[in-house]
Amino acid sequence: MLRYAVRRLLQLVLVLIVLSMLLFIWLRSLPGGTVSAILGERATPESIAQLRHVLGLDQPVIVQYVKFMGQVLQGNFGQSTAVSPGTPALTVFFNRFPATVELAIGAMIFALVFGIPLGYIAARRKGGVLDTSGVVVSLVGIAVPVFFLAFLLKYFFAVKLGWLPPSGRQNPRIDATRVTGFFVLDGLLTREWDASWDAFKHLILPSVALGTIPFAVIFRITRASVLEVQNEDFIRTAQAKGLTSRIIRGRHILRNAMLPVLTVTGLQTGGLLAGAVLTETVFGYPGLGDAVARGFEQRDYPVLEVLVLAAATTFVLVNMIVDLLYAVIDPRIRTR
Amino acid sequence: MTRQRWVVAAVAATLAFTMASCAKSDRDNNPSNTASNTAGAPSSTAAGESSGGGSSSAGASGSSAASGTASAPAGDTGMPKDPNGTFVFGAAGAPETFDPLYATDGETFRISEQLFEGLVGFKPGTADMEPSLAESWTHSDDGLTWDFKIRPNVTFTDGTPMNAEAACYNLDRMYTQTGAGATQAEYWSLNMGGFKDQKDENGKAVPSIYSSCTVKDDMTAEVKLTRYTSKFPAILGLPSYSMQSPTALKKYDANDVKAQGDSFIYPAYATDHPTGTGPFELSKYDKQNNTITLTRNDNYWGQKAKVKTLIFQVIPDETARKQALEAGTIDGYDLPNPGDWADLKSKGFQVDVRPAFNILYLGFNFKNNPALKDLKVRQAIAYAMNREQFVKTQLPEGAVVAKEFYPDTVDGWTDQVQQYQYDPDKAKSLLKEYGKPVTLNFWWPTQVSRPYMPDPKSVFTAFSADLEAVGIKINATSKPWNGGYLDGVTAHQPDLFLLGWTGDYNTPDNFLGNFFSSPSTNNFDTAGADFGNDLADALAKADAIPDEDQRNAAYVDLNKKIMGDWLPGVPISSSPPAIVVAGDVKGLIPSPLTHELYSLVYKG
Repeated sequence: MLRYAVRRLLQLVLVLIVLSMLLFIWLRSLPGGTVSAILGERATPESIAQLRHVLGLDQPVIVQYVKFMGQVLQGNFGQSTAVSPGTPALTVFFNRFPATVELAIGAMIFALVFGIPLGYIAARRKGGVLDTSGVVVSLVGIAVPVFFLAFLLKYFFAVKLGWLPPSGRQNPRIDATRVTGFFVLDGLLTREWDASWDAFKHLILPSVALGTIPFAVIFRITRASVLEVQNEDFIRTAQAKGLTSRIIRGRHILRNAMLPVLTVTGLQTGGLLAGAVLTETVFGYPGLGDAVARGFEQRDYPVLEVLVLAAATTFVLVNMIVDLLYAVIDPRIRTR
Repeated sequence: MTRQRWVVAAVAATLAFTMASCAKSDRDNNPSNTASNTAGAPSSTAAGESSGGGSSSAGASGSSAASGTASAPAGDTGMPKDPNGTFVFGAAGAPETFDPLYATDGETFRISEQLFEGLVGFKPGTADMEPSLAESWTHSDDGLTWDFKIRPNVTFTDGTPMNAEAACYNLDRMYTQTGAGATQAEYWSLNMGGFKDQKDENGKAVPSIYSSCTVKDDMTAEVKLTRYTSKFPAILGLPSYSMQSPTALKKYDANDVKAQGDSFIYPAYATDHPTGTGPFELSKYDKQNNTITLTRNDNYWGQKAKVKTLIFQVIPDETARKQALEAGTIDGYDLPNPGDWADLKSKGFQVDVRPAFNILYLGFNFKNNPALKDLKVRQAIAYAMNREQFVKTQLPEGAVVAKEFYPDTVDGWTDQVQQYQYDPDKAKSLLKEYGKPVTLNFWWPTQVSRPYMPDPKSVFTAFSADLEAVGIKINATSKPWNGGYLDGVTAHQPDLFLLGWTGDYNTPDNFLGNFFSSPSTNNFDTAGADFGNDLADALAKADAIPDEDQRNAAYVDLNKKIMGDWLPGVPISSSPPAIVVAGDVKGLIPSPLTHELYSLVYKG
């Protein structure tokens, strides 16, 4: 078992090395780049050549890559050039990670709080108005692109009605103390209630925009699952035993129907980062998705390298853990 | 099961209690929340008084002393409702660094202009210089020796004095940059030339305009130049030439800039401890919420800031900035889209239009296409372009057709240059005289909006259609601004390109010098034209004339030649950029240099 785990970890290192090399070479083959982004229209051939020389960009890509890896092994990915100029790229990641996690939590809370009860009710009243409208809404939720929904929500609730803030994470006028980087939590921990409440208000619209697809999926799975479970033999047995319908619904139908919902919830959470790029861009929400978008637009290579490698590492690690779990369950894998 | 739940709940409660106990609000012990108004620098003797003196043009005028006695920047004399108020400005990007010596971008300068001041400044609302930390200056007849009289009783925010020693320390620090620092001190190399001991690839010393700075007495700094230039001392008003506390510069290793991979590592001074004499000082840079907070410098020598807190909230998206203004999250932002001006005004916001201090031009590149080496073809292009209609239909109110390569407020401008009124027939006849088919590679940028070019696509669409209408074949290429466009233009790939310039200060050299000096390396590659060296020589000669009248006359002649005999491109327009603030904001003076002083701004 241990040998298997070590082998998988070595594979992970190899995957990361290959990925980082491909990423490094690909980014540098894009037209333009850091030098033109730094110098702008004031660039002259001399200043471009000088800057390329100082940054070592005039050396062969492979030499640049080896130097880069040397720094990476010391935990240094370089400094951001555009997303947060002058800040170490790794710090940019850690500064923005809580923002995206907070948003993802908000999105999943929205999806679960509305998806499960509505899915359950829709199933219990199959064919009714609520069921039909719920199915239609969930279809729309899946079909409408996230950025379009984000624009719509922002336009109506922030711009037209002015109920919620249109962008950002927290009103700049609030002098908030940072503890964990999770703004809502920080406000609660430091008893700066206004800071917490304001951060929460900033989360609502992006969370709804990002949570719509998970909501739709969870709603449909819950509905289908409840429909399936409520016709199972053991429900009939429970009814025959004379259990109250409350106990049957709560303890037997809902609990059994939740198993597939849990699986889907896990999968949907993993897929939130893709949606976060669009949502965060529309809402000017300073998270990882916004950093990816701006990093590409302004050729912030160090930040892009950290973000892509972090995403890849997470993906590879999760896969590895799943593989290890398979190995635990199925001893044949270990011996292969 | 029940017991397990209790255990889990107890652990969770303990954890929450521990975290809550560890986390303390900074609000109670934040020094910026306690106003300190300790004795120190006297307040301005002339708050709100109009600033006198200083040369209205950038250069010296003969042997007379260009001097002035202005003190604090003149501004609105009204009082804010809340002297401890906050003004929030929506910035388009985060600052590169807080040390302006190493910056070139507007968002960095917007912040550093509130923290720092130079020996000279610019009159609010104009591009004309006026005294700032130097209250007056005199120069020798040859314009090579300058004595700057430093304003008395000015201190940096760390309490150390601003005097002649500090001035010389700063200038010498700029001049002695090496390695990555020299690369990043771009405004020095652009305007002053080389650094001390800097050699070119042939091992020759790179010439510098700056020679030395000597402390004549405690409050007089003597600056020596190697040659006279019309841009001195105006360049000392650029943010990059700001005076910074020598003590803080040394303490926080300000010169320790390192290049690494694709980026630069800045020292603690540039990231956390900028120390100037300005009306504000840095309080906090919250990178998680993208906000930079400045607080009022209560010991400021001039008119104290009218708000206690000035916050820059970084909102990269222009639409998001507009919505944030409408929602009241921010009190203003820069460069609103001209298409939004009417809407913003109708909603009660103040759209303040700056004087147009920029130029948009269609550049010709003389390297590749033989057709462009013929003046007839270049003139045909100029006659074919309907610039009047473009300005009227595509640019904001206040934009004008450019007659030459800089705006009419700059010295040496003349309307006695050859005019190119829209005349497609004349264009066709000139092309006929040329006698060969003309095909041009026309490049235009995407993913960018500049003050002089709010919408590059509309510029390209208008003029490519005009050129095709007279029989010129256009091969269009669009590239992202930072994704190949600028690189391609610098590498002389296009035949026609769209570019422009926003003036740094009020001299012709700031425009023409940047466009046409260095024939082999400028964007036009004028080395490939028969006039390239003549143009560069004439520019150098005009810039070196100390007498203002003679110098301006030389620029008038030069403009006539540029537009008549040489025509290295077609100047298109000067377009006024705007800044927008909420309806209750007062005191903002729009600057053509985008050098707005937020110390004068308040909410009434």
